[in-house]
Amino acid sequence: MRKTVQTVSGKPLNLSDYEQALLEGEAGEAMQFVMQLVVRAARIMDAPRLLETDYLHMDACHYYGRAHLDFARYLVNSNIRFGIRAWTNTVPASLIQKEVREEADAVVLKEARELADLYIAMGAKPVWTCAPYQLPGSPVFGEHIVVAESNAVSYFNSVIGARTNKYGDFLDVACGLTRRVPEAGLHTDKGRRAQIHIDLAKVPEELRETEFFCHVLGHLMGRVSGNRIPVITGLPAKTPKDSLKALAAAGAASGAIGLYHAVGITPEAPTLEAALQDRPAEAFYRVTPRNLVEARDSLSTTAGGSVDMVALGTPHFSFTEFARLMPLLDGRKIHSDVAFYVSTSRHVAALATQKGWIEALEKAGVTVLVDTCTYFTPAVRGCKGQVMTNSAKWAYYAPGMLPVKVAFGSLRDCVESAVRGEVARDPTTWSARHWGVSE
Amino acid sequence: MSCRSLPVLDILNPGTAHGTVLKLSEPLSFWGGFNPVDGRIIDQSHPEVGKSITGTILALPGSRGSAGTPGGVAEALRRNVGPVAILLAQPDVNITIGAQVADHLYATETPVLALAEIEFAWLETGMQVTVSDVGVAIKEDGGIKS
Repeated sequence: MRKTVQTVSGKPLNLSDYEQALLEGEAGEAMQFVMQLVVRAARIMDAPRLLETDYLHMDACHYYGRAHLDFARYLVNSNIRFGIRAWTNTVPASLIQKEVREEADAVVLKEARELADLYIAMGAKPVWTCAPYQLPGSPVFGEHIVVAESNAVSYFNSVIGARTNKYGDFLDVACGLTRRVPEAGLHTDKGRRAQIHIDLAKVPEELRETEFFCHVLGHLMGRVSGNRIPVITGLPAKTPKDSLKALAAAGAASGAIGLYHAVGITPEAPTLEAALQDRPAEAFYRVTPRNLVEARDSLSTTAGGSVDMVALGTPHFSFTEFARLMPLLDGRKIHSDVAFYVSTSRHVAALATQKGWIEALEKAGVTVLVDTCTYFTPAVRGCKGQVMTNSAKWAYYAPGMLPVKVAFGSLRDCVESAVRGEVARDPTTWSARHWGVSE
Repeated sequence: MSCRSLPVLDILNPGTAHGTVLKLSEPLSFWGGFNPVDGRIIDQSHPEVGKSITGTILALPGSRGSAGTPGGVAEALRRNVGPVAILLAQPDVNITIGAQVADHLYATETPVLALAEIEFAWLETGMQVTVSDVGVAIKEDGGIKS
């Protein structure tokens, strides 16, 4: 007789014959173990059943310690492989470039590379990017998917309308191998209803059209939303994907936002009422110019002065971001005291190479880094002192992870500062008036 | 009466253990806020920063933020610097998965139990407790509230 599993609230977790067979060990001990992980999570999340998935973007390939390696070794030794699209997140240091920090731990680097190889052996597609949504063949509207990287969770849920919870270590791989996710949270209609209404009516329209603004708005949105799902009104209809990426990344960093809606832009928010599923918002927040300037300024931990490094591409630089960077550089050279890094995926780097951009960038003194991110400990040389970035996510995380002070600015400000060797912000776009604060 | 017994809301990961309670006043991120090499809390904004959780019955409201928590829990248990049991004020997927993976890979046994908040409130740092599938037994001379 079949043993029924009960969730934490005492409801039954209904399993199909296939799921039950895995749980009983009919596909071997390792598959039984990963199914046990999925079922354990489903119990805690109070899911009535499991849903089918055929896409995984895993973070378990990123080395954080020996336990990660032992988990992957165990699976590989058990001869199990992914039967679905399984893509890889960034790793601590590039797998094909030699760029690492002088102080990087050789054992960690070796084990990190072994871990990456193990997931390739399990059939993962080695894309090594935190922005998988920029790649062809990525998930589409309505798909149930398994994603671990916080900015990708938010982008897929918000901008694409695919459905994923934020999957932690091990569970991401377990869901991918069993091809099942618990029916709970952001996989359900009810779990996607907006809770807090964020309105931009008081923000100057010209400002709303900049990507720089979306980084700041994302940071503020994360702080005011906490665990609630926000819906934004007043974001321009033509807001580009790169700005929506900035919103996703910054909101997931400063808050726990796994999904945001933007009326007239994101697919589940044709209207405010649709995003709220015809119920009143639980909270309302009107963004004021003063809130914005305060949020913007909180992203810098240095007042100015010399720049030692510029970090672009958190999350990974897109093709269109490269297209915007090129004319800003316009044949000029990066100051010899500045290390200028752009992090991106191999896929986007290949497209930029075809355009001749990578060669031009290297000539100007820019290093294009693939597979990794500049805030991971072993990834790049010279990451100390004062760092300029256009990424709210980088600005939010780096001071806690690295011995650096951060100056936050626009993409244009980053380029100008890199050429001059000191923090240089456009006085017009940085002015109180531009941000709508009356003097 | 020599013992008070707190009922369990849910057994998230089975096992038995006994030891001394360390109660955290806020949730903890086991990646970024905790060092799995030496078992200490390193989140500078955490009220119990600097404390070691090694060998304790760790009572905490839950985990925070990062999807790296399961890895941090499993790595601490692998290195024998983790707690001997974890008591939660609400069920927590990330902590549970970390303990479950460590138990499978390293043959450890780290019970993770969820208690109702009203029961969780009874726990205090320094109490001697025994954790099992039937509940949490507090020794009376372990500093219990009267």
